[in-house]
This record gives sequence, structure tokens and C-alpha cells, in this order.
Amino acid sequence: MIKKTFALALVGTALGATAAYGQDATLTIESWRNDDLSLWQEQIIPAFEAEHPGISVVFAPTAPTEYNAALNSKLEAGSAGDLITCRPFDASLALYDAGHLAGLDDIEAMSNFSDVAKSAWQTDDGSVTFCVPMASVIHGFIYNADAFAELGLEVPTTEDEFFAVLDAIKEDGSYIPMAMGTNDQWEAATMGYNNIGPNYWNGEEGRLALIAGEQSLTDEAWVAPYATLARWGEYLGDGFEAQTYPDSQNIFTLGRAAIYPAGSWEIAGFNSLADFEMGAFKPPVRSAGDTCYISDHTDIGIGMNAATDNPEAARTFLAWVASPEFASIFGNALPGFFPLSDAPVTLEDPLAQEFIGWRAECESTIRSTYQILSRGTPNLENETWGASVAAIRGTATPEELGAQLQEGLESWYEPQQ
Amino acid sequence: MTKRRFPWHIVVFMAPAFLVYTAVMIFPLFNTLRLALFTEIEQTRVFVGLQNFQTLFFDPIWSEQFWNALANNFWFFIIHMLVQNPIGIALAAMLSHPRLRFAALYRSAIFIPTILSFVIVGFAWKLILSPIWGIAPSMLDAIGLKSLFAPWLGREGSALTTLSLISVWQFVGIPMMLIYASLISIPEEILEASEVDGITGMSAFWKIKLPLILPSIGIISILTFVGNFNAFDLIYVAQGALAGPDFSTDILGTFMYRTFFGFQLQLGDPHMGSAIAGAMFAIILVGVCIYLFGIQTRLRRYQF
Amino acid sequence: MYKARSNLLNTAAMHGALILYMIIALFPVFVILINSFKTRRAIFSEPLALPNAETFSWIGYETVAQQGDFFLYFQNSMIVTVGSLFFILLFGAMAAYALSEYRFRGNLLLGLYMALGIMIPIRIGTVAILEMMVATGLVNSLWALILVYTAQGLPLAVFILSEFMHQVSKDLKDAGRIDGLSEYTIFFRLVLPLVRPALATVAVFNMIPIWNDLWFPLILTPSEEVKTLTLGSQVFIGQYVTNWNAVLAALSMAILPVLILYIIFSRQLIRGITSGAVK
Repeated sequence: MIKKTFALALVGTALGATAAYGQDATLTIESWRNDDLSLWQEQIIPAFEAEHPGISVVFAPTAPTEYNAALNSKLEAGSAGDLITCRPFDASLALYDAGHLAGLDDIEAMSNFSDVAKSAWQTDDGSVTFCVPMASVIHGFIYNADAFAELGLEVPTTEDEFFAVLDAIKEDGSYIPMAMGTNDQWEAATMGYNNIGPNYWNGEEGRLALIAGEQSLTDEAWVAPYATLARWGEYLGDGFEAQTYPDSQNIFTLGRAAIYPAGSWEIAGFNSLADFEMGAFKPPVRSAGDTCYISDHTDIGIGMNAATDNPEAARTFLAWVASPEFASIFGNALPGFFPLSDAPVTLEDPLAQEFIGWRAECESTIRSTYQILSRGTPNLENETWGASVAAIRGTATPEELGAQLQEGLESWYEPQQ
Repeated sequence: MTKRRFPWHIVVFMAPAFLVYTAVMIFPLFNTLRLALFTEIEQTRVFVGLQNFQTLFFDPIWSEQFWNALANNFWFFIIHMLVQNPIGIALAAMLSHPRLRFAALYRSAIFIPTILSFVIVGFAWKLILSPIWGIAPSMLDAIGLKSLFAPWLGREGSALTTLSLISVWQFVGIPMMLIYASLISIPEEILEASEVDGITGMSAFWKIKLPLILPSIGIISILTFVGNFNAFDLIYVAQGALAGPDFSTDILGTFMYRTFFGFQLQLGDPHMGSAIAGAMFAIILVGVCIYLFGIQTRLRRYQF
Repeated sequence: MYKARSNLLNTAAMHGALILYMIIALFPVFVILINSFKTRRAIFSEPLALPNAETFSWIGYETVAQQGDFFLYFQNSMIVTVGSLFFILLFGAMAAYALSEYRFRGNLLLGLYMALGIMIPIRIGTVAILEMMVATGLVNSLWALILVYTAQGLPLAVFILSEFMHQVSKDLKDAGRIDGLSEYTIFFRLVLPLVRPALATVAVFNMIPIWNDLWFPLILTPSEEVKTLTLGSQVFIGQYVTNWNAVLAALSMAILPVLILYIIFSRQLIRGITSGAVK
């Protein structure tokens, strides 16, 4: 009996000591970027708190796979943090429509961002912006420069050169030509289809035409990338069907593969893991002299929980995030997440410089499926995952895939009907 | 029993469980399930009756996924019934052998996978079966069967079966423990009596013990059924919410979760999600009723 | 003579089968544990080799230790698990007794009602549960988890326990009643000790999902002071994680406490099963 009482007392104290809040405002940030935890704790938050005594900030990330579900539940019930890291487009728009995110147009520093940067976090008519744009990610290919030097390979600029390089690596046999798997599916669409695709559909031109209903997914521009992806299969190494995303990252950073179809977000991680020189090249164009297009995707923003108890402090923080100072800290602390602010930011990481340099050479666009087109059921983004995997594995022809995606889109999207 | 008074003790016995369970489980569940009868148009909730169910069963976009998930779920269940439960019974039968040495060691070791979290199980098996790490291929190589290796988790034909077997591996401890508990509680006299009649060894197991543990096997079967039709975590951890490749490992749990909470760009749809949950509930309820009224009453006759 | 040899053969075959299965059961755990002590390169080149002087490394554990207070997480997990088990067993046994012992109107219906909960995943009630916890101020307190797990564990506990309660001999209880014992005394003194094996079984089955649950800690108790061990180690296993040393170390640290608990507890469990067996 005594034991039981003791145990209960123990439980009681542990339960009692939970809800202690500071006297000043404490802001909690909801985020899916659990990888950046130490960065926020050691660099970003101290920089903010030094300037704004009286406001303390807690970065509380959730694993990316659970983020949307957990955040939505918490917002519904009213227990979510003060600041919400925003996914681009519809996921955040739905939160705004449901009254969970506050409009932010009255924050002065919002004028530091171009309309394009803000477009991912605006209502369809552009009248309200509800998240401060934080960063975009750029797609391309990261390669093992030591391996390229060893095999005497040049960085490819056209598609023919690209496949010639892959052939040469395959023939030599000491490296897996390209590190990517299809087990987790999303890489095939994100680092495959939407990486090389903009060169086919001419970036924004094609993307907007698709949204307007002037092009369809059965057009050559949208089908041909699948035909190119189908050629990737033979360069991906044994058992790529069951290769997961971390598998691919590890294969590349351990120096076993020569090329990695990438997003720039990999840079920071790869820098700490790889012990060889790395370089990057942009998606090869179809024939020499073509204009190049890159996917420069608005990926991450931050907004305010409309139900926060500390709206003033939260606005102060958001205004700081919109400032050039934050852009500089964030861009350099997280090479590969490129600030969207108009203020010029000097990036120190060479690989990040390479990626951001493409903005000057090529036309930028965002991932084709993200704006508007993934609003209905079936969801075009999810369907594109499956289609890209099928293309690489050769289980369906590009034409079949195009027809199937078009049928799904037509079923709910009026401009395409 | 001199005179009938109100049986307060029954109320006292029932109340705590009833209250906690009703408040924290039944109320939230039905609060959610009723959403199946609504839909959302322009931020307002509209009552639509059974329309969501009609969409789920008859609109090709939904019904294809639903029947696929249901069929996969049955396959998942069948593998558990055919592999997990027989292995569990066999292990329990060996462990309950009266003079077996090290029985405690075996019993503890075999139960260990059951105490691991899905995260660990998914991660460990993905590593082992990964063509990249080479653990499974090199082990097969050692016994000269390397040609048998394939990236099982990545192929439509084998992914679901592989995952089912991983799940069997994880949960075989449960039937083992339950059967073990009921085997060792068989009265000694019954076994002695049968030994006198010359029934020993294997035939004692088939003729005496098995009929006596049938009620336990019944419980295990229904628990397996309920568990399998509620399963979600292992597939989610190993294959993600889209249950790849090409939805070949999609079961009702992953389908429901994806629909209810949304995924990537797909927004959560609590109304359709609840409709799926409602369908799952109906399937499980039918199964449980078949057990309670069809099987359990018959099994009772054998009880000692 | 012949019989003795066949017995010996039988025993050898049983040991063989059990050892084989034991290896299958333990192999994946073994792989995770040994690799958590190796350098990243060694994990990949020789996944099955034991760590040696050259490949041994604490780096994974160092990374994990920097990221959170794992001792606190462990303590939280313990409180939640033990607390929930206590209430599940107490309330569950009481309800099972009421249902199996007394004939009253609505008995069958009530039994079915108590079983409904095992047929719907409680996850879909998340928003309503969270709303309730916010309203009662229990968010970010361990009581929220204990309540949810108790409610979640009760249906199965009632289901299994009433099966066992049916088997308790009627004579014993009637003898108690003739001696003038109250219904409560009969339950706590006579019946409960007899269903110990069932209680132990229910405890083990409930312990595992509670300890390993990720979802409700994520939703109900995300703040640092009340994080559970499973949630704490999940930080390393997100979508963008490549640091396998840390992942494996975190996984091992999540395995070890349960393993130790189980080894301690399993003796009690087996003793419970054997000594309380209804013979």
C-alpha cells in the first residue's frame, strides 16, 4: 500500500510540473524541419532574442510525414503553436480559408518580397498573403567531382551528353551511375519528372497553360519527360525498386554513386557526410542552344496562428523573418534553402552558389503539380508520383501514363474538361 | 437473497470503466463517425445522408481504391491466420512440454519482436531486405541461393506478402503466449487419465489438448481479425502513406489515414475519411458478430 | 529403450526448432544493436560484422545525447505506461467481473458496447479527444495520455478478462457469500488472485502499444517536459534523415529500456501464469 501511495505521489508531481510558462511572451513554432532543430536553437533564435528581449521562441518540429496531420488536428482543437511553418499552396491556403492562419499584408517588411515569391501563400485572387516566404529550393543534379575527374568526364549540358556520361560510368563499372530509388515514390516525381520536365514544357509557359486548360497532360511536352525517365532505369543500380530515399543519400555520400538527382536542400547534409569534392549541374537541355529552365520551387514559409495569444510578439517575429538580416542568417546557415527576399544575400557555400547561379542563366518555374492542379480527387501530385515510378520501372508506356493522368485531372478540373 | 434491492455493487463495478471509455473513446469516435454523413461546401458543413458511402462504393475513383485496399487487407489477414497462428500454436506446444530445458529463455526471446515499436521493426527489416545493404543477398549467397533474392519490398507482386510476413514475425508472440497460458492450465488429471489410456506425445496434443484450447484459438483468431483490419503502422512506416509500389500494399487503415488526414498536397477530407472508417467498422463488426454468435457459443461446449 | 531414444530425438528436434526460431526473432535486433556502435562507413561496408577497434564509434550515441533529455523521456514513458496499465487492469477487471458474474437486464448489450472500441481505430477520434483535453486543460500533461490509453485498452481488457472470469469456480464465490463476505471482498480477495494470469496477459498486450505509441504523444504532449521516449527518438527518423549512426543509436536506446523491463517483467508474468493457473 505504501508503495502504491508513493508511486501515485510520484505520478502526481510529474504531472503537476508540466504547464510552466514564462512571464513574457513565448512563441512556439510548428515546423516539419526537424533536421534544422539545432540550427534554430543555436543561430536563428538567439539572434532574434538578442534583439527582442521579452520574447522567447521555441522551435518545436514534427517529423515531416506526420506534420500535416498533427498540425491540422492541433489547429482544429486550438492547441497549435503561435507560428506555423507553411507548406506551399493549397495546404496553407486551406488553413487560411478555415480561419487558422492570419492575413499578413499589414506587415511592412512584406514589401521585401516579389509577387512570385508570395504567390505560393496567397489567395487565388492575390488579395491576401498569409505566410512570410522563407525559402525556395532548386532542382538539379549533384555529382561526385572526384569520380568525374577519375573517369575523365565532362559535366553534361545536353540530354545526349547526359546519357553519354551515364553510359561511360556504367561501362567503367566502379560507380553506380545514378543514385535514386523508387521505394518511397516521391523522388521519382520530385527529383525526376519535375526536375527535368521544365525543359520540355518551357517552364512557366507550359505550367500556366496547363492550369488554363490550353495544354493537356497527353501533349508531347508533358509525356516526353516520362519517356526520358524510362531511360533512367538501367542506370539506377541493382534493386532500385526497393531502394529508399535515405539509401540513395547514403549510396551517394559514401562515394558509391557518381550522380545524384537532387534538390538543393540536400547540400547541407551532403557537406557534412561526403568526403569527396561535389559539383552540381542543371537539368540538361534537349539540344544545344535551347533556353534552359529550372525548378526554383517556393517551398517554405511561415505564418501566424490566427488564434495565438501573442499576436503582437508573433508579428514582431514575422517582420524579423521578412528582414534582410534573417535572409542572410538563414541562407548561410542552411545552404540549399535560398532566401526569397529581394535583398541581395551573399552565400558562402560553393555548391549553393552554383545552384543559385542558375537563376541568372535560366528561366525559373515551380513544380507543375503544386498550384491549383492538386486540389481535387484524384490528386495530381500523388498520381504523378506513381506515374513517374511506373515510367522508370517501365511498367507503363509514357503515352498510357499521360492518358491516365489526364483522365484523372479532367474528372474534376473544369478548365481541362 | 432475502429481498431484491437495487444492485449497487454492479454499478460500482461497471462505472469507472464505462465512464472513462464512453467519454474518451466512444464519444470522440462517434463524434467523428457522424461526419461521414456530411460534406463540406464552401466552408460550411452540409448534411448529405449516405452520399459519401455511395461515392466510396460506386464512384470508380474511390471504389477502385477501396476494393483494392479491402482485398489486400484480406490477403494480409489470411497470411496471419495461415502462418502466424499455426507457428504460435506450435511454439506454445513445444514450450509447454513439461521437461523442456531452457523453456524460459526461448519463450522470452521469441516474444521480444512483439515488444518492439513499428518504427524499429520497419526500419530493421527494410535494412535487412535492402538490396543496397546486402544483408539478405549475402546471407542467401552463403547458402548458395543468391539467385532467389529480389527487391521484394519494391515489387507489386511480393511487397504485400513480404510485409505480412514481417508483421507475422513481429506478432507471433501473442498467439504463442495466449496458447501457452491455456496449455499449462489444462488440469493435470486429464493428461494423466489420457496417458493411462495410452495417448501420449503427438496424439495427446491432437486428441486431448487441441480441443481444450479451441476457445483460446477462437479468441486469437478474432483478435487477429480485428488487429489486421485496423492495421496501419507497419505499412505506413515501411512504404509511406501511398502504400507503394502502385498501392499494392494499401490496406484499409492506410487508405483511411491518407484520406482523413491528407498527405503532401492532398488535403485531408474528414468526411470521406469517416466514411471509410465507418465501412471498416461495419466489416469488423460483422466479423466479431460471426465469432460471438456463430463460433464462440459452439466452442464453449468443449470447455472444462 | 526404443522409447527413450525417440524421446531424445524428439527433444533434440524441439530444441532445434526453438533455437532456429529464436535466431529469426532476435536477428534484426542484433543487426541494429551492433551497427549502432560502428562508424557510418563500416555500417555500410560490413553490416554483419561486429564492431572492432577500427570500426567502433560512439558518435551516434553522442549525437542522440545532445538532442534531448532521454532520461526524462524515459521517466515520462514509464509514468504513462505504468499509470495506464494500473487503470486498465483495475477498471477492466471490475467491469469484466460485473459482466460475467451478474445476470442483469442489458448485460449482453453492455458487453457488446464495451467491445465496440476494438473495432474502430481510436485515431480517427483525435480531433474530438484533443478538443476535450484542451477544454479540460490536460494538453501537455501526462494525464491526457493516461486517460486515452486507459480508454483505448479497456475494451480488449474487458473482452479477455470476462472470458477468464467465466472460468472461476462458482462454488468458491458461493462459499464466500455464505460466509457473509461482501461482493467487493469476493471480487478483490477471491476472484482477482485467481485471474492473475489473465491480468498479466492483458498487461503485456497493453504495455507494448502504449509504450510504442507515437501518435498521441505527438498530438497531446508535444512539449519538451512531457515527451515520451518513442516521440523523442522519432526526431531522428524523419523523412530527411541520413545520419544513420544517430538513427541506429536512437533506435537502440528505444529498444533497450523495453527489453530490460520485459526481461524483469517476464519472470513475474510467467510466474503469474503458472502459479495462478486455474487447475
